[in-house]
Amino acid sequence: MLRGLFFIHPKMTERFSNTFSENASALTQEQEQADPNIEVHLQQSDPQTKGASAPSWKLSTGENGPVLSLQGSWTARSGSIPSFPKNGLDDAPAGSVLAFDTRETARWDTGLIAFLWDVKRIGHDRHITLETQSLPAPMRQLLDLLPDVPAVKPAPRPKRLPFLEALGGRTLSGLTEIGTVASLGAMTVKGGFLALSGRSRMRFVDLLTDTTNAGPYALLIVGIVNFLVGAILAFVGAVELQKFAAGIYVASLVGIAMVREMAAVMTAIIMAGRTGGSYAARISTMQGNEEIDALNVFGIPTSTYLILPAVLSLVITMPFLYLYGCLVGMLGGFVVAISMLDITAAGYFHQTVTSFGIGQFIFAFVKSIVFGAFIGLTSCRIGLKAGRSAADVGIAATRAVVVGIVGVIAIDAIFAVIADVVGI
Amino acid sequence: MSDTRPTVLSMKDVTLAFGPKVIQKNITLDVKKGSIFAVMGGSGCGKSTLLKSMIGLLRPTTGEYLVDGVPYWDGSEAERTELNHRFGVLFQSGALWSSMTIGENVALPLQMFTDLKPDVIRRLVELKLGFVGMLQAIDLQPSEISGGMRKRAGLARAIALDPDVLFFDEPSAGLDPITSARLDDLILNLRDGLGATIVIVSHELSSLFHIADDGIFLDAKTKIPIAHGSPRDLRDHCDEPQVHAFMHRERDEEGRN
Repeated sequence: MLRGLFFIHPKMTERFSNTFSENASALTQEQEQADPNIEVHLQQSDPQTKGASAPSWKLSTGENGPVLSLQGSWTARSGSIPSFPKNGLDDAPAGSVLAFDTRETARWDTGLIAFLWDVKRIGHDRHITLETQSLPAPMRQLLDLLPDVPAVKPAPRPKRLPFLEALGGRTLSGLTEIGTVASLGAMTVKGGFLALSGRSRMRFVDLLTDTTNAGPYALLIVGIVNFLVGAILAFVGAVELQKFAAGIYVASLVGIAMVREMAAVMTAIIMAGRTGGSYAARISTMQGNEEIDALNVFGIPTSTYLILPAVLSLVITMPFLYLYGCLVGMLGGFVVAISMLDITAAGYFHQTVTSFGIGQFIFAFVKSIVFGAFIGLTSCRIGLKAGRSAADVGIAATRAVVVGIVGVIAIDAIFAVIADVVGI
Repeated sequence: MSDTRPTVLSMKDVTLAFGPKVIQKNITLDVKKGSIFAVMGGSGCGKSTLLKSMIGLLRPTTGEYLVDGVPYWDGSEAERTELNHRFGVLFQSGALWSSMTIGENVALPLQMFTDLKPDVIRRLVELKLGFVGMLQAIDLQPSEISGGMRKRAGLARAIALDPDVLFFDEPSAGLDPITSARLDDLILNLRDGLGATIVIVSHELSSLFHIADDGIFLDAKTKIPIAHGSPRDLRDHCDEPQVHAFMHRERDEEGRN
C-alpha cells in the first residue's frame, strides 16, 4: 500500500529502488499519523494534467545526508500538489543538511514552491538546514523570500457579548448618538444664525448648488408621486362616496388628505431617498478620501461647511415642495373626479377650498420644515460616521434612506398627536 | 542591439486618445520575454495611459497591439479576458477590494478561474502572501494596514494566478526608500523566480536604474516617444535634452519661463 503512495517515474524506479525501500520502511512506522493529504494527492492525480506526470517526491539518504528528490510536473493549477507530512523529516538526524534533487522535475510553478515551503518550515522545527544551493536559482530565490515559521494566527475576535451587556452597550451608544446629532443640530442652528448675520464660513455657492439639487431638480419626481397619490385618493373615495350620492366630497377628501398628511409625508420620503441618500454617500466618500481630515486640519468646521448648506437647502426647499405637492395632488384628484363623477370643475374647486382651514395648512408647512431639517441632519451625521471603504459608502447611503423614511413617519405620528391635543 | 528573446508584447504605431484629445502617438515598442520594461517620462505625459492600454482598459485609436503575436483588440471579449488571465497588475495604491480581507483579495482570482479546493487555495494564498512578507496580515481588512503593506498585498494578488506578464503602476510612489528598495528586490526575485516579464511605470530613478533593462521615454510636449532603451543606457548615452534632464534630475531651464 505504501508503495502506491509514491508515483515514481518508470525511468526512476530502477535507479532509486534501493533507497526507496529504505525510505518506505522509515515511513511505515509513521504510517498511522501520516498526513492524509498524501493519499488525497494520489487519488487526485490527475485528470487535468494528462500527458504530464503527476508530482511526486521521495526522501533518500545520500552521501552527505538526506536528499529530497522531486519528480514530475508541479503546477499549482493542477490541484495535485502534495503536502509534505509533518513527520516527513523525523528520519533525518537533527543538525543534518537536506539536499535537493530536482533533475527529474518537468514543468513547475509556485505549486512546487508551496511544497518546498512545507519542507522549509518542518526542517526549521526539526533543526535541519536546507541546502538551497542544490536548488535551481529561480526556486531558490522564491524559497528564500518565504519565512521559515508559520504565521502567528491573530487573536480570535471577541465573542459576542452576553445579552445584558449588549443591551447596555446599545443603549449607551444610542444615547450618545442622540446627543451627537443634537449637538450637531445645535451647531448647525448656530451656524445658520451666523449666516444670517453674514459672519458664517458657509460658502453660498455650496448652498446654491445643494438648493438647486434639492429643489428644482426634484420637482418632476415630487410632482409625479403627489399627482398619483391625489389621483389614487380620489379614485378610492369616488368608488365609496358615489354609493351615497356624495361624489362632491371627493374634493374634500383629497384636499384634506393632501394638505394635512400626504403631500408633506410623501415629499419627505422622496427627499429622504433622493437627497438624504446622496448627502450620506457624498460625505462618506469624502471621509474615505481624507477630505474631511483636510477640512479639520484647516480648522474649517464641518458643521458650517458641509452640514449647514445641506440642512438649509432641505429646510428651504421642503416647504415649497410641500405646497407644490398639495397643488399637484389636488390636480390629480381633480382629473380623476371630473372624469369619473358627474361634478363640475367649479364645484370641485369650491368644495376643495372650503374643506380645510389655514391652520391645518400652516401646521403641515411647519411639519415639512422639520422633516427637511431631520433628513439633512441625520444623513450628514450618518455620512460623517461611516467607515472609509467602498462598502461603507453603500451602508451609509442605505442607512440614511432607512433612517430618513422611518424617522419621517415617526415624526409625523408625533405631529398627529400634537395636532389632536391642540385641536387643529 | 540584438535581443534574441521572444517578444511578448508589441505595439506598432499606436495612438492613444481620449476622444479628440491625443495623449500619445507613434508608439512602437517591443517587450521581450523576461525583461523589465520601464515606461518613463515626466508627469502628465501619458505613462499610466499607455499602461492602461496595455492591460486592455483603453483601446488605441490607431495602430496594432500584439500579445504573443496575437492582435489583442481583434479578438472577442472572451478572448481578451483569456489573454488578461496571463496579466497581473499592481495598481498605484493597491486597489484592494475594501470589503474583503487581504487573504480573500488574493483568493478571489483563484476561486473565480480555477477549480481548486478551498484548502488548496488557502495554501496558495499563504504562499503568495509569504512571498511579499504579508503572511501575518492574511485576515486583516485593507483599511487596517499601511500604504506600503497595501501595495505588497496588491502584488500578492497580482501574482495569484502565476501571470506571464506583470504590470506595475508607480510601485515605489509613496514608499520610504528602504521599503521601496525592498520592493525592487522583490520584483527582481519574482521576475527570476516566476520567469515573468515585467512592465513598470515609474519615475523613481534609483529604482529604474536598479531593475529595468529596457524601456521607452514619452514626451509630454510633442506627445510622441522620444527615446527607447534601458534607463542606464539612456542616462549615459542619450543626447535628447529632455531625456538627459530627466535622467540627471536637472531642471529644464529652457522649458521654464
